[in-house]
Amino acid sequence: MTEAAKQPLLDVHDLRTHFHTFGGTVKAVNGVSFDIAEGEVMGLVGESGGGKSVVGFSILGLIDSPGKIEGGQILLDGEDLVKAGEARLREIRGREISMVFQDPMTSLNPLHSVGRQMDEVLRLHSDLDAQARHSACVEMLESVGISRATERLRAYPHQFSGGMRQRVVIAIALLARPRLIIADEPTTALDVTIQSQILKLMRRQIAEKGASMILVTHDLAVVSEMADRITVLYCGNVVERGRARELIEAPAHPYTRGLIDSIPDPSNRHERLKQIPGTVPDIRNLPQGCNFRDRCPRAQALCAEIEPKLSAQRGSLSAACHFPLNPGESA
Amino acid sequence: MTAFLQSEFFHNYCRSSSAMIGSGLMAFFALAVLIGPFLVAQNPYDNATLNLLDSYKPPMWLEGGDPQFPLGTDGQGRDVWASILYGARISLFIGLVAMIASCTIGTVLGLIAGFYGGLADSIIMRIADIQLSFPSILIALFLMSAVGTGIDKVLIALTAVGWVVYARTVRGSTLSEIEKEYVQAAKVAGLPNTKIIRKHVLPNVLTPLIVIATIQVGTFVLIEASLSFLGVGVPITKPSLGLLIKNGFDVLFSGLWWTSVFPGFAIMMLVFGINLFGDFLRDELNPRLK
Repeated sequence: MTEAAKQPLLDVHDLRTHFHTFGGTVKAVNGVSFDIAEGEVMGLVGESGGGKSVVGFSILGLIDSPGKIEGGQILLDGEDLVKAGEARLREIRGREISMVFQDPMTSLNPLHSVGRQMDEVLRLHSDLDAQARHSACVEMLESVGISRATERLRAYPHQFSGGMRQRVVIAIALLARPRLIIADEPTTALDVTIQSQILKLMRRQIAEKGASMILVTHDLAVVSEMADRITVLYCGNVVERGRARELIEAPAHPYTRGLIDSIPDPSNRHERLKQIPGTVPDIRNLPQGCNFRDRCPRAQALCAEIEPKLSAQRGSLSAACHFPLNPGESA
Repeated sequence: MTAFLQSEFFHNYCRSSSAMIGSGLMAFFALAVLIGPFLVAQNPYDNATLNLLDSYKPPMWLEGGDPQFPLGTDGQGRDVWASILYGARISLFIGLVAMIASCTIGTVLGLIAGFYGGLADSIIMRIADIQLSFPSILIALFLMSAVGTGIDKVLIALTAVGWVVYARTVRGSTLSEIEKEYVQAAKVAGLPNTKIIRKHVLPNVLTPLIVIATIQVGTFVLIEASLSFLGVGVPITKPSLGLLIKNGFDVLFSGLWWTSVFPGFAIMMLVFGINLFGDFLRDELNPRLK
């Protein structure tokens, strides 16, 4: 799907986003690196509080006080977004990079018609006249599977169902033909039946428009269906990354293994569902050594002393673990 | 129009007697203010039409009453009924203009405080807190004694008192609005902040203001009446309802009650009507009470 030789569209390098609160500094993103090639779908996976959404907002420069990007680079086509000014970032938002949110019930303004909210984006990011903008909106609504689009443009968000609204949100995100879409849990708030429709729609739209996507989710099932590559976050660090299939079939990091094992298997009803013991440690004062060691069945004395660095494992995988898993081995 | 007649709002309105009475009273005063002065022969502000021989005539149904002056006359021979019609004009004008000014200023400050937070928020909200710890009539009184009297000064004093309630309400709703994803989505789409505030936040925080604004007109009419009664309100040549009460108050205990009581009754009915209708609006527009 992608050749490593090409210059990546987005190259995030050692990104650190910290939140300075009264209770201490929360290192929500602490040295995350990944890259996305043109046309690629990258899954960003982790538990709640793992820093997934913060990565998305950091890329768009929308980290509000008390948060701050403390270091690292976010290179979009070689341009560092961390150093870019607010004016330049506003140009990039919506036009180069756009975002799809989790909850379609609240991500549309209830007081404006769908058409007006779509038009707003085009007015901001294109030079089209009113007529051309209107037909672009109609075309886009139709392409996300909404029939009678001309009529539907005049409708208000409450006249749409949840799945339909998410289609509208996707249409808005795609309108200005962005090169990168950050989808933050785009199907979490939807019915399972609608989920797969929306995922298929996003996949097709992205392929058609040649855009890339960061798919932020805690749902490995979603990501395995969609992503070319996967990056797994834990406590603000990348613990494992690699090609989607390899990573799902035989992960090298015990945390990834734990995530995969905790997906219910309908063919095996009598066995208790596996879970990762313990909870995410307090991110304000992380222990020395490996962040995962208190929950890890393979932890040894070394894990408490030295923090493992991300290093190449078998195949396309890299993992930050002193004792990586072999294929077929359980955690 | 037919859509409105079939709406739930209109249906509930027809079933609510307090809403009917409230809006009836408001309509009555609106009419009185708009066409009332054309219905009475006398212009109480024009000394040429006054005749001192007519002074202190009782209401027409009492002995010595004159049908020309249905509610009696005051010490200068002014028709009380005509004075009420002219006075209600001034009272309502002050109430409405001060409400619009307070609402505008309060909403803008509330939006700034809520959206930007930080220092602006602290400053605006601390001023509001300080102001709320004084009785509003006291603040108005201070201001009036500092800047002098007159209709414009009354408006300034009322606005200075009235903006706080809007600022606090709008700030609160703004804080909850900007958490919603459509505001995030607007930011992500690259909209500038001023546009986000105007197009996405403002329309969504307006509903509670309709109720506050309605009730506030009544409150302002009362505060203005109190100020005029205390002698720091509108000028004596253009008496509002409050000033009419004050003028009559001097002779209230000599048995010439009508000069004070009728204007007082007019204020009461006006504010009563506004409050009844405001209560109905509050019940209708508050989704939590449904």
